Amino acid sequence: MFTYYLDLALRSLKRNRMLTALMVLAIAVGIGASMTTLTVTHLLSGDPLPGRSQHIFYPQVDASPAGYSKSGPLDMLDYRSAVDLWSAHRADRQALMAGSEVKVRAPDTTLPPLMVPMLATTSDFFAMFQVPFQYGTAWTAADAASRARVAVISSDLNDRLFGGADSVGKTLRLKDSDVRIVGVMKKWRPSPLFYDVRAGRFAEGQTSSFYGKPEDVFMPFFSGLDVNDGNFWQFTCWGSVPRPGHLQDAPCVWVGLWVQLDDAAKVADYRAFIANYAQQQKQLGRFATTQTRMPGLMEWLVFNHVVPSDVKLQTWLAFAFLAICLFNMIGLLLAKFLRRSSEIGVRRALGASRGAVFAQCLVEAGMVGLVGGIGGWLLTLLGLWLVRRQPVEYADLAHLDPGMFGLTFALAVAASLLAGLLPALRASRIAPALQLKTL
Amino acid sequence: MELRPILSTLRRHKLTATLLVLQAALTCAIVCNVVFMIANRLQRISVPTGIAESELSVIPSASIEEGENPQARHAADLAALRGVRGVQSAVAVSYSLPLDRSESSSGICPSKQALDRAMQLNTIEGSGCMQPAVYDGTPGLVGTLGLHLVAGRDFRPEDYVSQGKPAVAIVSRALAQHLYPGKQALGQSMYDGDNYIRIVGIVDRFLRPNLRSPGVDEDSMIWPQLPPGSGVLYVLRTAPGDRARVLQEGSAELLKLNANRLISAARTQTYEEIRAAYFQRDTTMIGLLLASALGLLFVTALGITGLANFWVQQRTRSIGIRRAIGATRGDILRYFQTENFLIVGVGIALGMLLAFLLNAELMQHYELARLPLFYLPMGALVLWGLGQLAVLGPALRAAAVPPVVATRST
Repeated sequence: MFTYYLDLALRSLKRNRMLTALMVLAIAVGIGASMTTLTVTHLLSGDPLPGRSQHIFYPQVDASPAGYSKSGPLDMLDYRSAVDLWSAHRADRQALMAGSEVKVRAPDTTLPPLMVPMLATTSDFFAMFQVPFQYGTAWTAADAASRARVAVISSDLNDRLFGGADSVGKTLRLKDSDVRIVGVMKKWRPSPLFYDVRAGRFAEGQTSSFYGKPEDVFMPFFSGLDVNDGNFWQFTCWGSVPRPGHLQDAPCVWVGLWVQLDDAAKVADYRAFIANYAQQQKQLGRFATTQTRMPGLMEWLVFNHVVPSDVKLQTWLAFAFLAICLFNMIGLLLAKFLRRSSEIGVRRALGASRGAVFAQCLVEAGMVGLVGGIGGWLLTLLGLWLVRRQPVEYADLAHLDPGMFGLTFALAVAASLLAGLLPALRASRIAPALQLKTL
Repeated sequence: MELRPILSTLRRHKLTATLLVLQAALTCAIVCNVVFMIANRLQRISVPTGIAESELSVIPSASIEEGENPQARHAADLAALRGVRGVQSAVAVSYSLPLDRSESSSGICPSKQALDRAMQLNTIEGSGCMQPAVYDGTPGLVGTLGLHLVAGRDFRPEDYVSQGKPAVAIVSRALAQHLYPGKQALGQSMYDGDNYIRIVGIVDRFLRPNLRSPGVDEDSMIWPQLPPGSGVLYVLRTAPGDRARVLQEGSAELLKLNANRLISAARTQTYEEIRAAYFQRDTTMIGLLLASALGLLFVTALGITGLANFWVQQRTRSIGIRRAIGATRGDILRYFQTENFLIVGVGIALGMLLAFLLNAELMQHYELARLPLFYLPMGALVLWGLGQLAVLGPALRAAAVPPVVATRST
């Protein structure tokens, strides 16, 4: 019976090509717009560390003077608090991090010097975030303790400086120091770059910078601070900074601490630990407040409104567009079915039940949806290609994954079936006698 | 035109008529809001900066030699740049230009009492103190940027300092009014917590590097402070046609003078490119919003045409009968047009309500302002016009139905 309906649907669709084309076009455009924006939103609101993010936390305490930070602790830590919390080693893994920009030269090459972003961090960084390595490995705790001049570089930088060859053991000139490469990362593109996400609530929705690439140079925290001294970025300061870029004793927050806590008991313990720390520091007179915060990774992303508001707006707009397209299709399908009233009347008179007529009409609507889905898929590919050409940080991420590909067709067919429901119901109510009389 | 027959016909096609009304209403609501968003973004991207935008270009230069005197380096570089054919004037700034996102701002108070008030309140709000953007630069900045001095004077050579804070400043008119409302700002001494800084000049307008909110976007001041670091932005003023060549020759000239420096090719650009980069997201959004508004109107028009066609076919016989008993072609044409006018009219009425509901929702989530009332009559006109246009084809076809159809049996 289904194949018979398919045959009927095809005949009916062929009979009025113009109307059919209009419906297919409407569905295709609506689906194309919705799926493009939905893919981008899906991409930007995903989990950057799938399967591990629930164990990753971002503890914060507040060393700023009374009244400086009214809505909870500042987004980063001052040097002393960060180093205190880190060196207590109360978490399963913990990494300090501070950002800067560093001048890089490869002494063996004739390439001009580059300015690249550098992260000074501690050795747990790589294991905690499961950073993949192309060549070599992370530095060891012993390297860090002896303040060895070693570095891990990104695959991008390795391509630029060494043409992608194994550069482990080679020397880089970072600012004025020679540093030995111990590891080269594989392509690693967490989206968003969660460990650098901060201050999103002040960004007024302009958060696409959270989707940038990881830094190009990673150095052990303390030797990194030595090598690139004078270039470190502050998050905010509540007093004047005697030597900009050298923040160890400045009244500034600028260091991030990420910890891994493997079970609920450890999470509770760590919360108590930072609360105690804040209490103790207040008694010592160093803290003015005991406010603390320890969001989990995903919680922190939500807190920072990582999905740019323009992207959300685009998604709403696309779905409004799809809604209008559907209204349009309801009207056109209604016209199409009712125009065939006499044909339906004959079928009913010959014994087709209401259900059969209803099913036949829905098959026709579904077929429009399927063809519209193919058009919508092509338009989605076009839309994502356009997104990739935009100068935004997440441009290179915009690709259709299999799940979204399936969703494109599911959405197209579901939408057209939904649109076909009312016209099909109306068509199945046609009274056979009345139609036969006018034949 | 008699409305009754139209209404009674519509009553017999409730479902289709309702669909059309709903579609018109949704389109009206969405298009009104989308056009309002486009207008907002257009207003945002057309903000004036106060400088001679089409005549400026910049070359960023970072020296990588240790221990050289940055100011001597800048002076030598500037002399070389002024020698490039077509360069009318050249200055060096640390990093700030309007809309280039590199802002340095400083708390500044109209008096010491205001600062004490701010300390007491523990906030700058309501104390009279402001947070203007601070611009620095070598002598000639005001002239090179093309700022319009409306009161006072430009800096004199003795005003300039290379370290520490200068004793005088030029402020924008907006900052002058915000610091000294209703008073003469020229000659007043501002207080920054350590020093008094006297206002010696006022420029008409000078936009910040980073926009905050319309009220404070033009709060800026210029300090006669020479760029202290080795990394600077050289700003060149030329005729618009010379910009590309001057950027190329200027960079080559700088590298010739000292090859040991970084000149980022990506940031060697005209001022117009800096401005375009700042508003890139907005221009993309304007394009998207425009495309979706036009798309919506187009789809709605298609829907109206499709359904009108269907109605004309369905009623061919009755049209024939009407024609046979004396209706003119004009009567038939007007019938369909009036019918469409009524349907779209009901849609618009409903759409206005929806437009305000949607606007309220958008105000909550996207910091959109309240939809001005004049958008509604404009939206109504557009939709009515669109409806009439969309129904014209089918209505003409209906009018062309010959009276003889009435005598045929199908």
